[in-house]
Amino acid sequence: MSNLKETFLTPLGLNNPVAVQVLGICSALAVTAQLEPAIVMGLSVTIILALANVVISLLRNTIPNRIRIIVQLVVVATLVTIVSEVLKAFAYDVSVALSVYVGLIITNCILMGRLEAFAMANGPVDSLVDGIGNGLGYAIILVIVAFIRELFGAGTLFGYQVIPDCLYEAGYMNCGLMLMPPMALIILGCIIWAMRAKNPELQEK
Amino acid sequence: MEHFISLFVRSIFVDNMIFAFFLGMCSYLAVSKNVKTALGLGLAVIFVLCVTLPVNYLLYTKVLGPDCLVEGVDLSFLSFILFIAVIAGIVQLVEMVVEKFSPSLYASLGIFLPLIAVNCAIMGASLFMQQRITMSPDSTQYIGGVSDCLAYALGSGLGWLLAIVGLAAIREKLSYNAAPAALKGLGLTFITVGLMAMAFMCFSGLKI
Repeated sequence: MSNLKETFLTPLGLNNPVAVQVLGICSALAVTAQLEPAIVMGLSVTIILALANVVISLLRNTIPNRIRIIVQLVVVATLVTIVSEVLKAFAYDVSVALSVYVGLIITNCILMGRLEAFAMANGPVDSLVDGIGNGLGYAIILVIVAFIRELFGAGTLFGYQVIPDCLYEAGYMNCGLMLMPPMALIILGCIIWAMRAKNPELQEK
Repeated sequence: MEHFISLFVRSIFVDNMIFAFFLGMCSYLAVSKNVKTALGLGLAVIFVLCVTLPVNYLLYTKVLGPDCLVEGVDLSFLSFILFIAVIAGIVQLVEMVVEKFSPSLYASLGIFLPLIAVNCAIMGASLFMQQRITMSPDSTQYIGGVSDCLAYALGSGLGWLLAIVGLAAIREKLSYNAAPAALKGLGLTFITVGLMAMAFMCFSGLKI
């Protein structure tokens, strides 16, 4: 039982897929200009990762070693197609905001990394927990970056204004640069900096 | 011809895969430690892009689109699965060719060649192509034929190459710097890429 807890908790902090293992950066940066798409993206990845982990873990003894990458890609692509159709049907605005990045979950390195490293060697229950843990670890970073960018870039959270009007009257201005692509990289760089300053064992020699 | 050139230039500088869309970040960060390997990977990406994009274009417009195979049937929801299958197949082919003709390049690219299959830049280009087919033909981003596809593939591949070689050159110098221990390595790389992206933003006003 403690093993399961560990499998679930390490990806959230010390072994975070985005900030420590540097996987799945592409989509992590592109969808973080606002909070809402970031959360939807985080949840989609969590669901797809958990399900793909379970499916691959169930199939792991029957997949021939040489074609395992193709099998993994097909499983993931099927799940992503389903999620993308569901998003188009029930959350059209968000799916437009996410544009091609939903489809890009297929090539998200977190998925291939976890399927290859964990699901191919462990049972379905462990894999499910591992998938949820890593998906949430990814979502946490997305939410932090999106929170900073939306708050300082547009003065809003989830589209609602949070910075009071009196501040704007006093001369406060939104930092438009925050909404541009470069700031996503710089904020993530600072998050990694902060994490490594707190956990010296993560530092590179 | 004019459209061809403007699409090409635009996809190198304005719609740069790395700096504007963050596509292919994982291998971008992992393989940019020295210029030589970065160049090899960049060339591999250009090649794979130039082969997969026209194939996916034909697949999408001749087979998957509305009313293509059977009257009244729209198979475009299958595009994700078929695109990735085409990409994975072609990458396998490229890997075999490189292994045969340039063992030294094969050895230095190592694990990253198969990883091109899951490089978001390749898949992303196909998905953007799918989006751009529906744009109005006047737009400089419009893709309306195999030649446009080739221009887009070549342009975005070159843009990616430019970005990774540039970062590799900077990182080679950076490794001698006395940065704070916690910032060293990944954190510093991210911030460098951010600054490079800011420099590339000045192309965004370019009217072509």
